[in-house]
Amino acid sequence: MQPDSTRHFCTFFADGLYFGVEVERVQEVIRYQPMTKVPLAHDVLGGLINLRGQIVTAVDLRRRLGLPPRTDDRLPMNVVIRNDDGAVSLLVDEIGDVIAVEASAWEPRPDTVRGESRDLITGAYKTVDRLLLVLDTDRAITPGELSPVAA
Amino acid sequence: MNDMDDILREFLVESNENLDQVEREMLALEQQPDDLDRLSIVFRCVHTIKGTSGFLALPVLEHVAHVGESVLSRLRDGELRFDSDIADTLLTLNDALRGILKAIETSGTEGATDHSMLLARLNRLNDGVVEPVVEVPAAAIASPEPVAVATPVAVATPDAEVAAIATRTDSAAVEAVGVSDTSIRVDVALLDKLMTLVGELVLARNQVLQHSAGLDDQTFVATSQRLDLITTELQEGVMKTRMQPIGTVWSKLPRVVRDLAQQCGKLVRIELEGKETELDKTLIEAIKDPLVHIVRNSVDHGIETPEARVAAGKGAEGVLRLRAYHEGGQVNIEISDDGGGINPERVRQTAVRRGVVSEAQSLRLSERDLVQLVFEPGFSTAEKVTNVSGRGVGMDVVRTNIEKIGGTIDLQSSFGAGTCLKIKIPLTLAIIPALIVAGRGERYAIPQVSLLELVRLEGEQIRTSIEMIHGAPVYRLRGRLLPLVHLSSALGLEAAAETAESINIVVLRADDRQFGLVVDSVSDTEEIVVKPLGKRLKGLPVYAGATIMGDGRVALILDVLGLAQAANVLSAGARERVSVDHAERTDESRANRQTLLVMSVGENSRVAVPLSEVARLEQFPTSAVEISGNRRVVQYRGRIMPLLDIANFLGAPPTVLPDMMSVVVYQSGERSVGLVVSEIVDIVEEAITVRDTLPRRGTLGAVVVQGNVTDLLDLEALVRNADLFANDFGSPVAEAA
Repeated sequence: MQPDSTRHFCTFFADGLYFGVEVERVQEVIRYQPMTKVPLAHDVLGGLINLRGQIVTAVDLRRRLGLPPRTDDRLPMNVVIRNDDGAVSLLVDEIGDVIAVEASAWEPRPDTVRGESRDLITGAYKTVDRLLLVLDTDRAITPGELSPVAA
Repeated sequence: MNDMDDILREFLVESNENLDQVEREMLALEQQPDDLDRLSIVFRCVHTIKGTSGFLALPVLEHVAHVGESVLSRLRDGELRFDSDIADTLLTLNDALRGILKAIETSGTEGATDHSMLLARLNRLNDGVVEPVVEVPAAAIASPEPVAVATPVAVATPDAEVAAIATRTDSAAVEAVGVSDTSIRVDVALLDKLMTLVGELVLARNQVLQHSAGLDDQTFVATSQRLDLITTELQEGVMKTRMQPIGTVWSKLPRVVRDLAQQCGKLVRIELEGKETELDKTLIEAIKDPLVHIVRNSVDHGIETPEARVAAGKGAEGVLRLRAYHEGGQVNIEISDDGGGINPERVRQTAVRRGVVSEAQSLRLSERDLVQLVFEPGFSTAEKVTNVSGRGVGMDVVRTNIEKIGGTIDLQSSFGAGTCLKIKIPLTLAIIPALIVAGRGERYAIPQVSLLELVRLEGEQIRTSIEMIHGAPVYRLRGRLLPLVHLSSALGLEAAAETAESINIVVLRADDRQFGLVVDSVSDTEEIVVKPLGKRLKGLPVYAGATIMGDGRVALILDVLGLAQAANVLSAGARERVSVDHAERTDESRANRQTLLVMSVGENSRVAVPLSEVARLEQFPTSAVEISGNRRVVQYRGRIMPLLDIANFLGAPPTVLPDMMSVVVYQSGERSVGLVVSEIVDIVEEAITVRDTLPRRGTLGAVVVQGNVTDLLDLEALVRNADLFANDFGSPVAEAA
């Protein structure tokens, strides 16, 4: 048993940044799935994937955060997040480990963080070798933030 | 058990449910003895059992229920007051009824239980006296048990009887499993989940079959074929679990009709036919409100008062008939009444007043088309708003709701004789036939209900048969102009290179309009499993959902109506309506936005007509012009169409005809008139303001279009004068030539 102060995060990378989402929110992590583009939809929507018969919307994390698009040939991985509206997949560059962090290592986002990422990152855990950025998952995949571009 | 017919089985299930409810209500009544609503429910339940058992020839059950009903009726009328003693007796009655039902279920007879003690107690309550003198009811004599022996002793031992019944029930439970145990209630969510799983299985099956096609392994091929069969059967089975008879929604209609008829002082009989017709649960839900609305409309506006009916030579009682049946994979529902029908003239006036159509447009509509106007938004024929109708929900909402589930609605009315509404809806929403097309490398599914036909153009045809009207491509489909929409541009994708060898046009129907969707390629039709799109994509009206294809990829399902709106196919009419509406409401602004067809006539004058009034644009070789009497005519679509030289008509020098002449075909009812013009100039949409206060003959006045003075033709007047005009049309062309 872990003490209460320990929390588990599923970690992944996007443009070299190290992100984490609470393990409880993650339904599964799967490799690249063929995606169906949705014309006219907001471009942060990477497309639709078939997750064992369930149609899941994939949100491109890089675009969501306003990061430059993937340049190498590697295909994005899917971190499937559980949500009231079913499941939503976050497209990320690479998957990290599930790590345990101490609640005491957390610090809120400094006000100096700017850009689109600002509202999506709630804070960071100071791990030994780097910072684990905590993603506000609901916000990252919330429809209001992703409303389609006016057609 | 085996030979027990369906009616009896249904009765048993229903009665057991009724008795469950009686028990619940009775317990609640003990807390609130004055709750008349609950009492009425109990009364109704027992009454139903009595009625049906009489019909099914179950004398004991009928008798016991009858005596119980009398007590309940006295309670309801306030002659008796509910107390715990009565509650006891009634609960005992409940148990007794249950016991008889059980006996019927297990042995096929009403059992040999002696109900005399219970009946005595009930009768005592019935008579309102404590004296143990009980009249022998006639029915009781026929029953096989010694019933009517009034025994005061029984009053003292109610518990004993309850206990006795309880024991009997216990022993009966060991016997054969009853019908009420063979049907269960299942959560719809569970069925939905099963449906999803079956969808997945279908997908997996498709993949296995695809894989097995390229293999030599006989065992594997045979196994996958078996899998195929079982999956199909499973799919059908699960689909069936979601099916419900339409009677479940209809059951409340007789009550609605009765109450409403009473309120309106009308006599209405409702006839239901095809109650057992089944359709998907989600569809049942979706048609519930539209059905109630239509039925209310029929009673409120359709069926006349008894006096009016008699005066019209009909029976005083109106008949509202609902009929449901399967046909060609669809469910048809007809709602017809023998009421007054719809007055087309009144519809026309209302439509004009409400700005649904313009006066000029309305006059050209046939009676049948006029009647269809009731489906337009903003229309309601109700002269006055009653508490029954006119609550802001009109037939347009009904139509929208029906169309939302892929259905169609059609209205036929014969003034004075009645109205018939026909609704066609798919059997199920979950799996629909669809045409798979491709655009820019992605596949899209188009629901087959919207599909009219497929047209393929090759090579030279592409250049010759697709014409442009001011940048908008159109195709002449059997003489009619079919606006074309490129799928790629409608979806905001890059357009295909114009060097294509062939063009595929999918002719679709949206509302009452047709348009051609140009796609890169057309594959097969397939049965697809419709899956909703997540909240994130709900805002995109061009998609109706998504589906998973045989190879596991997701394909979007196009929403034809949404697509038509996005591509402005539907907007022209709508805009016109709005503008008419607007113009009529604001007197200070006479501006009227319209789409106009601008033509040049004679040397350099310009005329215009609203595009909506143009039937077709044609070209005829000058050699096709013939003379009939003193008129110029052409043979057109098997008819003789008179030609009118607009230039000459307007007093300008007559048109010098080139080898090919441009003719604007205007149709009024059965008559067509060809307007000869020099050239079709343009199609513009403009807010037009009439500048000329003294319009010339055949015009509505002059307007300024794109900086040029343009005469707005009064087509109606032109056609009216066509015959007179023909006289002075005889020679000018020849003279000019």
